[in-house]
Order: sequence, then structure tokens, then C-alpha cells
Amino acid sequence: MAEREREVVIRVRGLVNRLGGNLIHDGLDLDVYRGEVLGVVGGSGAGKSVLLRTIVGLNRPAAGTVEVFGQDPVPHRERPENAVQTRWGVLFQEGALFSSQTVAENIQVPLREYTDMDQALMNQITAMKISMVGLPDDSARKFPSQLSGGMKKRAGLARALAADPEIVFLDEPTAGLDPISANQFDALLRNLQKSLNLTVFMVTHDLDTLRATADRIAVLVNRKIKIGTIEELVRDPDPWIQEYFSGPRGRAALAH
Amino acid sequence: MNRTDDSVLADDHAWFRLERKGRVLRFVAGGEWVVGAAARLDRELSQLGLGGAAEAEIDGRALMRLDSAGAWLLVRTKQALEEAGARVTQFALPEKYEPLITAIEHEHHAPPVVIERRHGIVAIVERVGIGTVAAGRQGYRMLGYLGRFVIEWLEAVFKPSGNLRLAPLFHQIEEVGINALPIVGLLQFLIGIVIAYQAAEQLRRFNAEILTIDGVAFGILRELGVLITSIIVAGRSGSAFTAEIGTMRVNEEIDALETIGINTFDVLVLPRVLGLLIALPLLTFYSDVMAMIGGAMMCYFDLGITVPAFMRHLHSAVSVNAFLVGLIKAPVFAVVIGLVGCYEGLQVERNAASVGKLTTRSVVESVFLVIVLDAGFSILFSILKI
Repeated sequence: MAEREREVVIRVRGLVNRLGGNLIHDGLDLDVYRGEVLGVVGGSGAGKSVLLRTIVGLNRPAAGTVEVFGQDPVPHRERPENAVQTRWGVLFQEGALFSSQTVAENIQVPLREYTDMDQALMNQITAMKISMVGLPDDSARKFPSQLSGGMKKRAGLARALAADPEIVFLDEPTAGLDPISANQFDALLRNLQKSLNLTVFMVTHDLDTLRATADRIAVLVNRKIKIGTIEELVRDPDPWIQEYFSGPRGRAALAH
Repeated sequence: MNRTDDSVLADDHAWFRLERKGRVLRFVAGGEWVVGAAARLDRELSQLGLGGAAEAEIDGRALMRLDSAGAWLLVRTKQALEEAGARVTQFALPEKYEPLITAIEHEHHAPPVVIERRHGIVAIVERVGIGTVAAGRQGYRMLGYLGRFVIEWLEAVFKPSGNLRLAPLFHQIEEVGINALPIVGLLQFLIGIVIAYQAAEQLRRFNAEILTIDGVAFGILRELGVLITSIIVAGRSGSAFTAEIGTMRVNEEIDALETIGINTFDVLVLPRVLGLLIALPLLTFYSDVMAMIGGAMMCYFDLGITVPAFMRHLHSAVSVNAFLVGLIKAPVFAVVIGLVGCYEGLQVERNAASVGKLTTRSVVESVFLVIVLDAGFSILFSILKI
């Protein structure tokens, strides 16, 4: 059991990223293990989203390697049989729903692309995902422009989970949600993660979410990464990390 | 089991069988019930006869993997057994999958999602109805917009201090006028060559080559100069107006302006329309000149008419009226292009697709209106005998 827990699904080595002449990441190493929830935090401009985009192959690093399930994540023109794209789901910050399609059609995009299910079964699975992420039933027929920000996020999560991926990437999943929805989201994430043995890579600022869901936390400071549990990081001498966990919000979140 | 080696979509190992022992039905499932196998399992499950049993048992202890699609199929099978009249007495699963099944059973109460596609006569009638109502609303809104434009315009004329913003105005003049000079000049020069060439070919047969100059001059000055320029400007600047204002709408920039208390009409619409109103007549004059240069060049190379001879004939054949008749249309076209471009930009909804759709619509509408108005002018001038 312990052996499997240490199985590395995302491996980043010596990552260097530059954006507009600025060095964002400088020789960054990161391992993400199967079945864990990794929270990624860092100040604005520390390169959290760039890291996520690099891992899912949207951004070519200046140097270094990224492997997901041992494969290069950059999309190939010829998609191999077992491409990593079929094994992960990504929730973008604003949901990134396809605006010309209803919520139900959005959720069915990965199913349509990767399986040969009947429409009836796809409809059933869509309904299941919609209730799983806590959307009202009638949202299936709505277009993204008719949804609120929080609902877009839930619909985006339903799409990310549609084809039962092994890894889920979440970019600020609770930003802009009310506290009740955010709590529900944390519970949902924990639940799904446990029952599906999901690996979760989550960029977030929400300390409550971190405390409630994350197994380990990766802090981006000084173009490098520091990883540990909350207890370990609280003892880290780095001033930014101290400020982060010991500031008023940090103390309030950790006090529970 | 090492999971990295199998794909989620592997479809090899999922299996199930049905065992009947008298009144008891046993559904045994095993292997990897995952999304990749779901399509096949769904087809096979739909062919099962589940009726005729008083009691049923579901045994999933042989399951090696289960994801939410597989779990849904199990839950659905259980529901089907219950509907067929059997009491499900046992639902055995590996312990780690219990929460997943519980979650799906408890949370899933929604009726299956239907993606509706209507067909036939009802759909046609519905679309015609929706289109008619939308056209009516569009007309109503446009009228309101035109009215607001006139009022804002009058305010800007009579009280320019607060309402007329000079910096954006000059920026727009540069953008729609000066930056358009190369493309408009080149195209009009080529148009002049083409017209002269065609006219010369026809008139040569009547030994009336000299009338080529009349043809070029009247064609360009009265019609083509202003028309081609307006169409280029509609494609170049009308579309830019819609895209710029539309993008601002998507980013909530227009809402931000409103909440700060800035009159969006003064900032966004007036400078654009006014800039075009100033720039388009000047552009038209410039394009007339360029086209005449093209025509004169063609006359020299094709017919051997020298530039001084061209000028002399031009003076005697064409009055300044022909030039003014063309130029008078330019401000009208400018207002139409500017108003349509800004109007469509303001109609953009808060999604990315809307910007593209309305930009296309803005160009099509303004080119359409320019040509219709040009035809209207022709009729008017023929009645007035100008």
C-alpha cells in the first residue's frame, strides 16, 4: 500500500520558465504522487498558473523536463492510443466552458471524444456528474452565459471529471465562491478524491481549502518550490512562508 | 496491481454474469468497470432479462477497479432489478468503493439530461417567430440608439467643453484616416487603371478613345471613389469599432465607465463617428486623386494620351459638380459606418463568441447600407437632374 502511494504520476525536473524577460522558475523540481492532493500556493506572479500550464503542456518550458505518467504532456499531432490527455481533467479559473454549447454538451465533450457511448448513457452520466458537483438539475440545458461564476466553476469541474480522469488540475477552484459553496467544494473534492483515488493538483489561495483538502503543500518562493505538510511549512524560516501561514488569515484558518 | 500500466480506457477486463437459483437472481460483476468499458457494458447490460425474480443479489467483490461511470452502471442495474420486481438483498463491493456507490445513489436523483433537437415544421415556425421578434426588437433598439446619438451629438455641438473629447477624436482620425492612406491609395490607383483599360477597349471600336477620360472621371468622381473607399473603411474601421467596443463590454470595461460616471457615448461613440465623419471625406478626395492618376497612367500607356492632354480634356469635359456629387455622399456613409460599428459593439454579450459574430454582422450591415444608400443617391440625383 505504502509502495503504491509513492508512485510518481507527475515528475518535473530542472524546470526553467521565462515570461517577458522575467525568470519565473529557476531549476524547479517537483514530484506528485498518485492519490494525493497537492496544494500549490505562492504570491501573485510567483508562477503558479505558469507551472500548471507547463505541466499540462500548454506552455513550453525554456529548460527542464516534465513527465506525466512518464510521457511528455505536449500535445502531439498524432494522438497516441494512451495519451495523457485522456487521463487528466483540467478546471480553468473561469471554467473555460465552450460558450456555444449547453452545460450538458460541454460535459459530454470528453465522453464523445474518447468513448463510443450511446447518447442515452452519456445523458445519464451527465446527469450524475451535474448532481455530483452540486448544480441544479435544470442547469444542464443552460448556456454558459446564463450561469453565475460559481455555477460555471462547478460545470467546469463536471467537465473535467466527465471521463473519470486519474489526475485533476484545479486552478483556483474556490476563488469567487461564497464560503458555503467553498466548503461544499472542499467536501466534494475530498469525497471524490477518496472514492476515485484521484490525484489532485490544485492552485489555490484559499487557506481553508488547503487545510481541509491538501495532503501536501507546494510553496513557490524565489523561483523554487518548497514542499511539505502544513505543520512542516509553518516551521520553515522563509519570511514569505512565515507571513503566509502566520498572518491573521493564516492563523484563523489553521486555528480550527 | 500496478495501475500505471493500464489505461483508464482499457476495455479488456470488465465482465459480468447472471446466475439464477430458483427465485434468486445473482448479478456478479468483476474486472475493471471504468469509463472505457462503459459503452460495451451498457450495450450488453441492456440485453439482460432481469425479470421473474423475487430476490436479487449484486456481487461486485471481484471488481478490480471502479470509476464513476462503472459505478453508475451498477447503480442503474440495481434500479432496473428493483423495477423488475426483485428485492435487492445484497449489494457487495470492495470496501473502498462503498463511498462512491453511496454518493451516486444518494446524490443522483436528477432525471436523465435530454439534449433536445427539434425537427420539422414546428422548428421552422419557431425559428421564424424568434427571428421576427428579434428583428423587431433590433429595429426598436436601433431607433433608440439613433435618438440618443442625435441628442448626444447636439450636446457636443452646443456645449463642446464637457462632451467633446479631443484626444480620442484625434486618435480616431489618425486611426481611420491616416493609417488607411496606403491601402486606400493603392486600391484606388488600381481601380483607376482597370476602369481606364476597360473604357479604352470599348471606345477604341468607335474611334472615340479620348472619351475614356470622361468615362474614368465620371465613374471615379461620382461613384467609385467614394463607394470603394467607404467599403474599405467599413471593413477596416467599422469592424474595428465593433471589436474594440465589444471587447470592452466582455471585460466589463463599459460597466466600469458607467459606474465611474463617465458618459460612454461621449467616450466611445462620438469620437469614433466624428472621427470617421472628418476622415472619410478627406480619404475620398485622396482616393479620387489616386484613381485619376491610375487612369491617366493607363491612358498614356494604352492610348498614348499624354498627361497634359489628359488634364486639358479633363478640364473641358468634367465640371466640378461631378466631384462634389461624389464627395457629398462621404459624410453620410461615414455616419452610417460609424453608427453601425459602434451600435453592434455595444450589443455584444459577455462572451467571446459574441464579439466575432457581431463584428461580422457590423461589416455586412454597413457595406449593405452603404450600397443601398448609394443607389438611393443615384435615384435622387437623377430626379434632381444633377
